[in-house]
Amino acid sequence: MKTENQKAWFFVLPVLLLVAFNALIPIMTVVNYSVQETFGNNVFFWQGLDWFEQILRSDRFHAALGRQFLFTGLILAIEIPLGVVIALSMPRKGFWVPVCLVTMSLPMLIPYNVVGAMWNIFTLPDIGLLGYFMNHVLGINYDMTQDPVAAWFTIIAMDVWHWTSLVVLLAYAGLVSIPDAYYQAAKIDGASNWSVFRFIQLPKMKNVLTIAILLRFMDSFNIYTEPFVLTGGGPGNSTTLLSIDLVKIALGQFDLGPAAAMSLIYFAITLLVSWLFYTLMTKDDPY
Amino acid sequence: MAKITLSGLRHSYYPEPQGPDDYALKEIDLDWQDGGAYALLGPSGCGKSTLLNIISGLLVPSEGRVMFDDRDVTHLTPDQRNIAQVFQFPVIYDTMTVYKNLAFPLRNRGVDAETIDRRVREIAEMLEATDLLDQRAAGLSPDNKQKISMGRGLVRDDVNVVMFDEPLTVIDPHLKWKLRSKLKELHQRVRATMIYVTHDQTEALTFADQVVVMNQGVIVQIGTPVELFERPAHTFVGHFIGSPGMNVLPCELQGGTALLNGVEIPLEGPVTGTQAGRLEIGIRPEFITIGDTGIPARVCKTADIGRHRVVHAMAGTQKIAIIVTGPAPEQGEEIHLRFEPRQTRLYADGWLATEIGEAEK
Repeated sequence: MKTENQKAWFFVLPVLLLVAFNALIPIMTVVNYSVQETFGNNVFFWQGLDWFEQILRSDRFHAALGRQFLFTGLILAIEIPLGVVIALSMPRKGFWVPVCLVTMSLPMLIPYNVVGAMWNIFTLPDIGLLGYFMNHVLGINYDMTQDPVAAWFTIIAMDVWHWTSLVVLLAYAGLVSIPDAYYQAAKIDGASNWSVFRFIQLPKMKNVLTIAILLRFMDSFNIYTEPFVLTGGGPGNSTTLLSIDLVKIALGQFDLGPAAAMSLIYFAITLLVSWLFYTLMTKDDPY
Repeated sequence: MAKITLSGLRHSYYPEPQGPDDYALKEIDLDWQDGGAYALLGPSGCGKSTLLNIISGLLVPSEGRVMFDDRDVTHLTPDQRNIAQVFQFPVIYDTMTVYKNLAFPLRNRGVDAETIDRRVREIAEMLEATDLLDQRAAGLSPDNKQKISMGRGLVRDDVNVVMFDEPLTVIDPHLKWKLRSKLKELHQRVRATMIYVTHDQTEALTFADQVVVMNQGVIVQIGTPVELFERPAHTFVGHFIGSPGMNVLPCELQGGTALLNGVEIPLEGPVTGTQAGRLEIGIRPEFITIGDTGIPARVCKTADIGRHRVVHAMAGTQKIAIIVTGPAPEQGEEIHLRFEPRQTRLYADGWLATEIGEAEK
């Protein structure tokens, strides 16, 4: 006979406290701001859901959200297939495996603002390696401080450079976990290379790729430092992604209420997309 | 279907093998008759999987040739050799249904839809998996997964050989029996050459007409299950097959008679060969009787294993196992052992060194 008591709650308590201090309480302060207006001096007026309505109707928010989805969509569309292709072409064992893995991991070890600064210098038209090459060798007019297309090209290239190796590492981990017998059986069954990919490698990578897409989605959807250091959201507003816009409202204009409402909406979108994606990807899993 | 000939086969996993110890397969010359049911039996690491992979084309041997009938296939891919292989752990295509899994080898070879449907349903029927056909393969139990991978091996009727690499390792014991007899039945029906790799003697002996016993990269004996049991060509075979295995007792030889602890032991017939090296008497526990005269021994323990009892005794410093069907002696009892002469053999350096005597022929 099992004894029933309520002791288990005490074991949950530390986690509860931790989560309260690093997540719940900070979020609740944001919720608090989002329904009030302040003119300074710590004086607040009740505003209800006005800020939410204002943000949801604002063209500026729609534009920033659109740019954010475009950015995230583009980097996912490049990084995931590219990462899979690189993982597929890596050696399975031997001396070159650690060499490949370490070399590829290097970009991930560089701090975000350093990445931004690096690419900023890299693309300077007159002295940057890429900028000089494009302008003076290829003769293409490339200046990301002037041209929105060049700015977009640069932030996409930077993110691909910075994060594709994460997808590679995850996909590679999925690939090496496939027993040799699968490849041998496929050979004997007369399967083509495409069939091996489609029916063996892809299904075995599905779980790690789900995680890879989820991580890259969340991370790129919340991206701030790198594009801020690189383009500062310009030229004009052309690379003002959601988080950059949010910081402009909160710290530039000191509109705490709208900024708080916007961050809650932002958070809700990130959460909703992640949840939808994860639920759809795992609904067929037997476990 | 084809007769498979292996000639002068050697294989090493090292790029530049130095001595014989670097070879996983040491020198294999072997013919597999068309339509035979073979078992490849040996302990783990004896080279049987290497041999199998060389036949299937997953490995290219360091030396020697593989022939299917008169065609040299040593350097052909598995696909070109037209063979089927079932692996130790189930290999199934998770995202496909069972039906598509079974149809996969046929589809890849461009077989027409009607034939595919007929073959898949036949195989499913044989494996009692008809009601699984529409299920997604990922959700199957391990038993059923292995059934399906066996089915994929059997679905093509034009293969040269079907190979099984310890396919029943992951299967529940009660299902093992069923699948094993099913395989035997399938072999009789399709008459394809089948090679069954295992380290389990029961599996080998029930499935095969001919058992090939391997040890340390060498084929030690090829024979029917009865031959392997009754006249092991090597002490390894005697010890490996049978439960408990053959007693292997170091002995001396004086003028053609074997002496064990100074007692003369009659052998099955005259001793052959040079008789150099390590000399041993081989006698199976089944063929030793306990009596009033013979080799003196003391009982260490007896084990009742159901059908009979196994008595472990010490004759001097040598351990001997005896199988008795009647009442067994008590522990510590002094007994005398008599070896059945027709089943008592001399082994020199592990290899059989007696002939069947004139009187027994």
